Amino acid sequence: MKREGEVRIPSGCAIAAVISKDGNRMSGQKIYECMKPMHDRSNGLGGGFAGYGIYPEYKDLYAFHMFFDDRDTRKNCELFLKERFEIVKSEIIPTRKIPSITNEPDIWRYFVTPLKSMMEKMQVDEKEFVARSVMKINTYMKGAYVFSSGKNMGAFKAVGFPEDVGVFYRLEEYEGYSWTAHGRYPTNTPGWWGGAHPFTLLDYSIVHNGEISSYDANRRFIEMFGYKCNLQTDTEVITYIMDYLIRVKGLTLKEAAGVIAAPFWSTIESKEDPAERERLTYLRTMFPSLLVTGPFSIVLGFDGGLMALNDRLKLRSMVVGEKDDKVYIASEEAAIRSMEPDAENIWAPTGGEPVIIKVKEGAY
Amino acid sequence: MKRVYVNEEWCLGCHLCEYNCAFANSGLKDMAEALKGKNIYPRIHVEGDEKISYGVSCRHCEDPMCVKSCIAGAISKVDGVVTIDRSKCVGCLTCVLVCPYGALAPSEEGTMQKCELCLKNSCGEPACVTGCPNNAIVYEERG
Amino acid sequence: MSIRFIYPEFEVVRNENRCIACRVCERQCANEVHSYNEDKKVMISDETKCVNCQRCVSLCPTRALKIVKSDCTLRENANWQNDTIKEIYKQAGSGGVLLSSMGNPKPLPVYWDKILINASQVTNPPIDPLREPMETRVFLGKKNGKIERDENGNLKCDLPPQLELSMPVMFSAMSYGSISYNAHASLARAATELGILYNTGEGGLHEDFYVYGPNTIVQVASGRFGVHEDYLSAGAAIEIKMGQGAKPGIGGHLPGAKIVGDVSKTRMIPEGSDAISPAPHHDIYSIEDLRQLVFSLKEATEYKKPVIVKVAAVHNIAAIASGIARSGADIIAIDGFRGGTGAAPTRIRDNVGIPIELALASVDQRLRDEGIRNNVSLVVGGSIRSASDVIKAIALGADACYVATAALLALGCHLCRTCQSGKCNWGIATQRPDLVKRLNPDLGSERLVNLMTAWRHEIMELMGGMGINSIEALKGNRLMLRGVGLNEKELEILGISHAGE
Repeated sequence: MKREGEVRIPSGCAIAAVISKDGNRMSGQKIYECMKPMHDRSNGLGGGFAGYGIYPEYKDLYAFHMFFDDRDTRKNCELFLKERFEIVKSEIIPTRKIPSITNEPDIWRYFVTPLKSMMEKMQVDEKEFVARSVMKINTYMKGAYVFSSGKNMGAFKAVGFPEDVGVFYRLEEYEGYSWTAHGRYPTNTPGWWGGAHPFTLLDYSIVHNGEISSYDANRRFIEMFGYKCNLQTDTEVITYIMDYLIRVKGLTLKEAAGVIAAPFWSTIESKEDPAERERLTYLRTMFPSLLVTGPFSIVLGFDGGLMALNDRLKLRSMVVGEKDDKVYIASEEAAIRSMEPDAENIWAPTGGEPVIIKVKEGAY
Repeated sequence: MKRVYVNEEWCLGCHLCEYNCAFANSGLKDMAEALKGKNIYPRIHVEGDEKISYGVSCRHCEDPMCVKSCIAGAISKVDGVVTIDRSKCVGCLTCVLVCPYGALAPSEEGTMQKCELCLKNSCGEPACVTGCPNNAIVYEERG
Repeated sequence: MSIRFIYPEFEVVRNENRCIACRVCERQCANEVHSYNEDKKVMISDETKCVNCQRCVSLCPTRALKIVKSDCTLRENANWQNDTIKEIYKQAGSGGVLLSSMGNPKPLPVYWDKILINASQVTNPPIDPLREPMETRVFLGKKNGKIERDENGNLKCDLPPQLELSMPVMFSAMSYGSISYNAHASLARAATELGILYNTGEGGLHEDFYVYGPNTIVQVASGRFGVHEDYLSAGAAIEIKMGQGAKPGIGGHLPGAKIVGDVSKTRMIPEGSDAISPAPHHDIYSIEDLRQLVFSLKEATEYKKPVIVKVAAVHNIAAIASGIARSGADIIAIDGFRGGTGAAPTRIRDNVGIPIELALASVDQRLRDEGIRNNVSLVVGGSIRSASDVIKAIALGADACYVATAALLALGCHLCRTCQSGKCNWGIATQRPDLVKRLNPDLGSERLVNLMTAWRHEIMELMGGMGINSIEALKGNRLMLRGVGLNEKELEILGISHAGE
């Protein structure tokens, strides 16, 4: 049977997220507990989380979370890392042995800073350098896989139900100003941890529920720009698209949403503001191959915020609720109620309308 | 009122309209049975030469000369359609003489006949129009 | 007769029980196959002149006629087939190059027919185009990806020149001269009504058709017939024709007999003179020369019009396309070896060039590998026969398709493949006024509009089945395709998996 990455595996899912606009840090326990009422949206073949603001003591360093098949692969990969980065700290990510999570690979994390000399040699900026290094490991180093590479954030994922994955990674020991969560229902047996979500690059992470019909159009386009879709998952390609549009092209979150969930032409033509019409037409015409069709609900995590977005037809459920400084997002209201029983203003955002929540400047 | 109009620009001179007309007014179901081995007496005639051609049939004039001149009172205008009552026609050919378009001609039996827009046969609308391969004959309302 | 005699290819079968001797067949046959025997009062036929265009069959009011393949045959021989032997006889008699028309009829693989399309089941929903928006609009032109902002941080919305199409299909180049005034009128009117484009081909643009300029692609080919400043400015885009799928590597020849009246005026050459387009553009012997012509045309039209470079699909097409993508061209049009023609040497039509499916797949992949796919849009032609061919082409990576043969069929063409005779009984490939008038553009444009409307509906149904509601999400989406009965190499080139994988 082919491993994930060699074959495309469609899957259904559950997603959830929480963020504090005041930058108040929350324990990871809350986020994995909230996945319990959505148990049936996963099938035990993948769960994962991303937390932001979890490494304040290393906030200026890139935190690489990595899977290794064995010791040799790790040693080999560490040599590669040492050529390109100063490794400030390396350690095994602490986990808890539980019966429901088995067959784990070696799971390590490295806090690193890029070597200036290498960046100068390659004539690229720091983020591009890190992104290329991650692509290199994930594409060419068999048995080694970087599943998180941002600053002051980290992804945690495994094969299992999400609530068990949270316990496994001891998420109650981390505190972050925002968390995203994912439970997976693949239609196949992936049997590989890298295939679980969230998917990340630099500080972008994506949890996604859906199966996009535009996948290969998006993949073949984005791969022109140095990205390599090793896992053949929607989440991976959407992450790269967001990185490309926001980091590389400098689009705002709203503009990027206008590309991937571009309004229908009829909607664009009905906009009364001519500038808005022109802007949307421009984005749709300039980046047609990055339009994402088919059902999806995603939560994009980034440094200092979250963005939730549905496909244009809203073919996947997604609700948002609020309470005090917190905003909650989930596939089902039950998950929001689990995190905050008194959540208010619960609404289902319209298809294609991004919900962007940012932490107050200076609070993270 | 809808009338048959001919656009000579698109008339190919194929004469299909004549055969379709003759068939439509034959009352038979099969064209071969109706027309094979017979002389045909259509109510539309293709005029012209190799360069230009056009079908000619009754214009259903506002003030028809044929109606005024019929010695037997066989021709009348009913709901805008110039109609012949062939039981009254004596075959004097006066109408042929006065019609400026040459739209009337004797039938096989000798009484006069002319285009009556296929209103009296089973065709429903003029057979020359439906059978024209190039839309050169149309049946429409014009101002 | 004797040694020069070749038994006619077709037989005219007349059902004497049905024939009413109306002589429509006689009047409609420009080849003079049918005649009337006054004495016997019967129609007779001379099969030697029949090209099987089916005009008489279509117009016979009693369905008394059919044309069948003659069963008079040479002794069967798998190596020396009938057609091969007859061609030898013809050449032994004439000493000349054999001419043919329309696309390559040989039984070479049609890859479209070995590719199957996906549909959604369970894991994501199909979309019903009758209930939900389904978008087929495309823009052709460079998508340079440049993001610039003004002093207030607002996006500057300047795009390189784009062609907007309501659906990813255009009518490809057929010159006025090779086809009739009425055929052009039908194409121009239909393109305008449909919100797509038609293409003048290398014959200039008749003054009557300047009004359709926003839906016209004006072509500049090696003979430069009919090219002048107003012509270049009249269209929505300019196409440089480097080659044609039916006859890669050679030019064109419109015989003097067809250079009459308005054709001569529109081409800007004397009546009766042969219009010979050289094999190469004599100012383009290399890719850097092409770049100069691209920019000359852009200068002449103030950089307002996209420039298309049309090439035939030949062996090295990926590298050629890569060169064109860097030449400043906005759109590359590739014409496959099954593309039609008004006349081409038979040997070239049937043996030169490669299938469009393979050319498209390799060009699209090559441009992506080089990271320049966005520099250009890709338009493919050379036998796009249906909405499903369009869908497959888009999924392989095309931005839009060119159709010509399908459009001619809609206008009445019955693919008799004798355009070169100039006696087209359907009023398409002829300049004889009595034949030209057989194509009434009112009917012709309506039939073209019907055809494209039908295709658009089918495209939307197929897209909806895949769960795709905008055509741009289908472009290059090769996961939506699977091959059947293709070998590893073919699958590799097409970049698709085999059915069942």
